[in-house]
Amino acid sequence: MTNHWIDVKNSDVILVMGGNPAENHPVSMKWIMNAKEKGAKLIVVDPRFTRTAAKADIYASIRSGTDIAFLGGMIKYILDNKLYFREYVVNYTNASYLVNPEFKMPGELDGVFSGYDPAARKYDKKTWSYQLDENSIPKKEPALKDPNCVFRLLKKHYSRYTLDTVSAITGTPKEKLIEVYKAFSSTGKPDRAGTELYAMGWTQHTVGTQNIRAMAIIQLLLGNIGIAGGGINALRGESNVQGSTDHGILFHILPGYLPAPTATLSDLKTYIEKHTPKTKDPKSVNWWGNRGKYITSYLKAIYGDKAAKDNDFGYAWLPKLDEGMNASWLMLFDHMLKGKFDGFFAWGQNPACSTSNANKVRKALSKLKWMVNVNLFDNETGSFWKGPGMNPKDIQTEVFQLPACSCVEKEGSITNSGRLAQWRYKAIEPIGQTKPDSEIMNELYFRVKRLYQRHGGKFPEPILNLSWRYGTKDSDGRIKKVDTHLAAREINGYYLEDIYDKTADPPKLIGKKGELCTNFVTLQADGTTSCGNWIYSGSYTQKDGKVINMMARTKKSDPTGLGLYPKWAWCWPLNRRILYNRASVDPKGMPWDIKRGVIKWSLTKLNPQTNKPGIWEGDVPDGPAPPMADEKAGKYPFIMRPDGMGAIFGPGLADGPFPEHYEPLECPLSENPMSKKQRINPTVKLFYTDKNSLAEDIYANNDSRYPIVATTYRVTEHWQTGVLSRHIPLLLETVPQQFVELSKELAKEKGIKNGDKVNVASLRGKVWAVAFVTERFKPFKIMGKTVHQIGMPYHFGWQFPEDGSAGDSANLLSPTIGDANTMIPETKAFMVNIEKA
Amino acid sequence: MLRKALLISPEICIGCRGCQIACKEWNNLPADETKNEGTLENPSDLTPNLYNKVRFIEVPSETTPLRWLFVSQRCMHCDDAGCITICPAPGALFKTKEGAVAYDKDKCIGCKLCASACPFNIPRFDKNDKISKCHLCSDRISEGLSPACAKTCPTGAIRYGQRDEIISNSQKEGYEKLYGQADLGGLGVLYAFKDAPKIYGMDEQPAVPETVLLWHNVLKPLSYLGLGGAVAASLLHYIAFKPKKDEEDK
Amino acid sequence: MSLSRRNFLKVTGGSILAGSLGVGVKPKTAHARRIKIKDAKESKTICPYCSVGCGIMVHTFDGKVINVEGDPEHPINEGTLCSKGQSLHQIVHNPTRLTKPRYRAPYDTEWKEVEWDWALNEIAKRIKQTRDKTFKLTSLSKVKEKQPDGTETEVKKEFVVNRTDGIAHVGSAALDNEECYMLQKLLRSWGLVYIEHQARI
Repeated sequence: MTNHWIDVKNSDVILVMGGNPAENHPVSMKWIMNAKEKGAKLIVVDPRFTRTAAKADIYASIRSGTDIAFLGGMIKYILDNKLYFREYVVNYTNASYLVNPEFKMPGELDGVFSGYDPAARKYDKKTWSYQLDENSIPKKEPALKDPNCVFRLLKKHYSRYTLDTVSAITGTPKEKLIEVYKAFSSTGKPDRAGTELYAMGWTQHTVGTQNIRAMAIIQLLLGNIGIAGGGINALRGESNVQGSTDHGILFHILPGYLPAPTATLSDLKTYIEKHTPKTKDPKSVNWWGNRGKYITSYLKAIYGDKAAKDNDFGYAWLPKLDEGMNASWLMLFDHMLKGKFDGFFAWGQNPACSTSNANKVRKALSKLKWMVNVNLFDNETGSFWKGPGMNPKDIQTEVFQLPACSCVEKEGSITNSGRLAQWRYKAIEPIGQTKPDSEIMNELYFRVKRLYQRHGGKFPEPILNLSWRYGTKDSDGRIKKVDTHLAAREINGYYLEDIYDKTADPPKLIGKKGELCTNFVTLQADGTTSCGNWIYSGSYTQKDGKVINMMARTKKSDPTGLGLYPKWAWCWPLNRRILYNRASVDPKGMPWDIKRGVIKWSLTKLNPQTNKPGIWEGDVPDGPAPPMADEKAGKYPFIMRPDGMGAIFGPGLADGPFPEHYEPLECPLSENPMSKKQRINPTVKLFYTDKNSLAEDIYANNDSRYPIVATTYRVTEHWQTGVLSRHIPLLLETVPQQFVELSKELAKEKGIKNGDKVNVASLRGKVWAVAFVTERFKPFKIMGKTVHQIGMPYHFGWQFPEDGSAGDSANLLSPTIGDANTMIPETKAFMVNIEKA
Repeated sequence: MLRKALLISPEICIGCRGCQIACKEWNNLPADETKNEGTLENPSDLTPNLYNKVRFIEVPSETTPLRWLFVSQRCMHCDDAGCITICPAPGALFKTKEGAVAYDKDKCIGCKLCASACPFNIPRFDKNDKISKCHLCSDRISEGLSPACAKTCPTGAIRYGQRDEIISNSQKEGYEKLYGQADLGGLGVLYAFKDAPKIYGMDEQPAVPETVLLWHNVLKPLSYLGLGGAVAASLLHYIAFKPKKDEEDK
Repeated sequence: MSLSRRNFLKVTGGSILAGSLGVGVKPKTAHARRIKIKDAKESKTICPYCSVGCGIMVHTFDGKVINVEGDPEHPINEGTLCSKGQSLHQIVHNPTRLTKPRYRAPYDTEWKEVEWDWALNEIAKRIKQTRDKTFKLTSLSKVKEKQPDGTETEVKKEFVVNRTDGIAHVGSAALDNEECYMLQKLLRSWGLVYIEHQARI
């Protein structure tokens, strides 16, 4: 989230699209209803009338997978009716940048942008560039009239998204489109705030990233980024999926969003050079210019004293990806099915149910030699060898199932969607022989290391040199009991030497050797600081010698009245509660809306750092520099971007600088109404290309056998694949079995009555379910034809309840395909059929 | 002590069923085995192990595909509580100082008369035939805590407080009259309805069956005297259950 | 004749006694039920389900969780919880919880309970065995190379990679931050690059 949960109360218009907070983040509705009580409008756009929709002022139905068309229409509406926040757009976004005249868009090139290579399914992005001045700074045209400026190109691109076209694609009636557009674009004024809440309803598409980009463009046009009650807010699906992402449990990132090293970046210097953006614009903060400090401090954290200048801080010990190698989820299971892996860890996760095309995963698991399954409960992954269609006697895979503790049996922090890291305390001793996950890791660390110490082996350096200082060691060198506070301190970072601010005269001591770092601003690139994750630096710190766990703070004060609660727990980065908050003020530093001022530049107070008048008040600002209008020291608001500007034109993505509507891999149409020659996202990786492809990856488009659009989702009473809710009797009681929701019209066509047992099938699998015949799904009129949509939750699995009464995962139906940028599988739009069982 | 009450506002209920679970958690009630029967609403009715539940009601609408109402349901804690009136076992059903209709399972004799006297079909009976229903978390409220359902409600769709304050505040918010404000001497569970009660699945004018009054006026004094207990009880059974059964037979 | 109350009821039928049992007993006005959290210890946690981050009070007695409810001091949930958060105690005390390590041998039809020490040693051996067998010191990457005529062509070259492609990992967004950090560090020390979790799906 750019903002945070409580902040929703500050909104005038709340758009819920791609999410369903009433069911998946129920307590957030407290703040949505709070805003509504004060007069805010809640808009819900969803294929299904959800429990959130039940509270909406405006509900619009939409066919799954057509969000870009819907939002593209909104962009057109905002531009045509001049509802954008001009001062914000001109000063804080790249709308005025002049683009390379060679750049061409899908309207001109049959559905693709310039530079497309159909064989490689990739773009050469040469033309997706700016016209640069002599300092390599993009040329700007603040009047926004030049036909090559971003603003004009945006207008041209979305001129194709007329109400008629959008309505024909999305199935949303025109008057509903206008109602939503009008309500949301009313926030394009300085004294109005609009927020957007999304979740997997946007990410789980082949155009997932571009769904979010389309909204980012809208929020930049309306001046809704950085302000209270604004932002684009990803409602994350698990209690610590934010923290686990921050800490780099993903193939492509190390902790703190440092790119995973690749093969050609053979030493630390090359890595830093490659991943440190540069700018000559003095007004740009370009925060990633600090990359070298963060990667070096990370290496010092993980290898400790073993990382030194003369061994490149152990950079060589980090595993490297081949250039262009994708080791993400779908590839991982694809490779597993092809027999690439001997060993596999499924640690607190149940891919046999959670992965799109789950049958492929279940089969892939049987190709393993060994699996380690850590969980609180048995699950479909650990017990896959006795699942439906499996004969244990044919399955080689050894499985070790290790029982883990629940959260109240251990101590540590988790980070919520609003980037708020909060400390959890141990309430009771571990149940039975269960162990905290950290203890399991500790044991495996020690035992693997001992094997390498005793017997040697391939490239033992990273194993032998890993720093592991989480408690007192016994005579064998094994830590008896892990103290997670020590891990939290390692993440925060230490001063390994006395650190001086050399820009001060005389140099000023800013960090004392051996103490915990104050924050990441003091980190160094020369190995004199360690920090496991720079964005968490400041979370467990030291003030006047006293160690403070900032994440455990519980002081409730709200000086701004906006619900920031700056002394409650701790939020990354630097306890900043609203990201990009320098965009919430005008170039002189005054809040666009004084009633909702997040930060404010005060000239009446003395700044202790500079000894001059001028200091930010309110939330922790995006950097202490004076506001942008200050000629000498002023800075642009979007400090993480090399050019300091919000990106309306986004050339960094794989599939285009502007979002374009493409159909899902499986859809009810034979062609894309937007551009007839390019039905699906031209840059997605296709798993099924011809007869030699894996049969598991097959898909069916515009196929009369599978004429119904399907989507998956969650319900309030269950969680993810259900391992932590099917096993909970009180929750299972409320939603005991797999169900499918369908319209009365479809039910009538198929002779299905409410409560009937039905089978839902795709080309890849079949699942039984109990039919919920409801008005909450309605048939769509798409390009003149009637299209039905159904929906199913994915909470169920064969393993529990053990009598099979709950059914199995809806993910047995969904396809193997992912977003062009993230490879997140497309489980929100695919084609099925439904028949009475 | 001034009478306490719950105020239930379906318009802000999100149907999360935190109340349903909180109640079971606090009162140590086990889960029942259930099946999907074509609705999210589950269990389909109150049980001895389910003191409150959220009803999911789909009603037609002109502006959206439908209105989807979530209505939390439980014992209404009537002032003129038919169940207390009819209960032949002194001390089995009683009113707490806060106005909750509570019970003492040890004193309940399992005659089930209370069920026949309840206008809202609330009392259920456990495996020992003892009454089992919402008691407004009488243990919590006597300690000054809110009932578990109200405590957990994320949006304030269930609120607990002084009954008179609830009524006057609702009037300020534009609810001329709350459901249950005057019915049966005034209910301990009030509803802020935007439309006719029937849309929310509630009786327009709930009333205690006549038979209950008869029992109260004529037969109950006899039983207190210890006279003809068996006769009285069987007569009572006839009065209370027979007509109802006949009705069902129709 | 001496009969216990229960037996007596059984013999004569409950309703017969109905009216007469309560003679002389005044209706009670206060409920005497002892509040269950009276002697409980209270500790705080954050809900393990969705990402709103609600504060929860955990009441324990005699080493058992006897009650959970929303933390009224918490600024996000202000004492409230949804159905999932409210059922947290059943994650903790649950007859289907795994409480001992289990092992399924190749081609076996059943789980076997095993000792931690054995399981951890066996896993460590497999990690080492697979890692040593599959470890890649170098690997081929496609890179663009400038040709003498000024054009760029893609060529395959060998680079140091120091990794194993023989072991993959998925999970976990359910771990604490400190554990996530320790986990990524441990996996990378073994040379894994196939490291994924919930954020990808």
